[in-house]
Amino acid sequence: MIITCPYCGPRDSSEFVYREEGGRIRPDQASTDQAAWNAYVYDRVNTAGEHDEIWQHSGGCRAHLRIVRNTVTHRIVSVAFARDHGRPHERRKAETPA
Amino acid sequence: MVDQLSPLAPVLRPGRHALADHSVGVTLTETQPGSIVQLAAWRGEEGALIAAIREVAGLALPDGAGGGVSTEAKAGFGFAPGKFLVVDQDEGLAAAFAKAVAPETGTVTDLSHGRTAIRIAGPKAEWVLAKFFATDFSLPAFPLGSGISTVHHDIFAQIQRSGADEFDVYVFRSFARSFWKSLCHASEEVGYEVL
Repeated sequence: MIITCPYCGPRDSSEFVYREEGGRIRPDQASTDQAAWNAYVYDRVNTAGEHDEIWQHSGGCRAHLRIVRNTVTHRIVSVAFARDHGRPHERRKAETPA
Repeated sequence: MVDQLSPLAPVLRPGRHALADHSVGVTLTETQPGSIVQLAAWRGEEGALIAAIREVAGLALPDGAGGGVSTEAKAGFGFAPGKFLVVDQDEGLAAAFAKAVAPETGTVTDLSHGRTAIRIAGPKAEWVLAKFFATDFSLPAFPLGSGISTVHHDIFAQIQRSGADEFDVYVFRSFARSFWKSLCHASEEVGYEVL
């Protein structure tokens, strides 16, 4: 599988590490809402299809990347710097429908 | 300055290790630069840092990912967003950058003792490097002066093309001896000379 890093260009997927599922919203640090923390730690969308993910190009420029990957076909739909949308959690908060 | 000791000394065997027909496909050299400096710009300060590199090292880095310049005594290239490696055969580059780069612009890290610089040159240089790294070393994909970051198993490497068939590889000092031995083994197929 080839992933085209926005900085380094096309590279073998062995240079990249999968970090986490995209779109997760961390509850407020002061929150004592058990259900919200449980959902944050354990609940995953687990999409069969196009899936929002955070990867890191650990064997290259070390940038964190926002990758949309089709989990059925492994096709990489899009690759962008995670930082272009601010810090990952803030970005995902803004993009998640209320 | 504290003397730099080569980690390759115990395994460096200068001379020709040629094929039976006396041909040599690559030459391997430890270039032993006096200064290896990593510079990183805060977000939005990339232009100011590139200007500081021009002022201190006299290198005009081109825009764009991995853009760089390689001259006889000095070299510089981008290896990650907002991050640059600048190399000088003379010592003292880190101190000069520490004066020229304001804390608001970015950071200066002296890696002179932390990286080992290995030059691989010759008609088979692309072929030998392609055994290690899953990247395209052809001239159109990897233009003169430009640099990349990549990895050979767990050995992180920054590579700059310093000539049409010449590459400078920067590896962590503690991995350098292992990498050098692998490089020699990989070069046996084409014949090599250690300078």
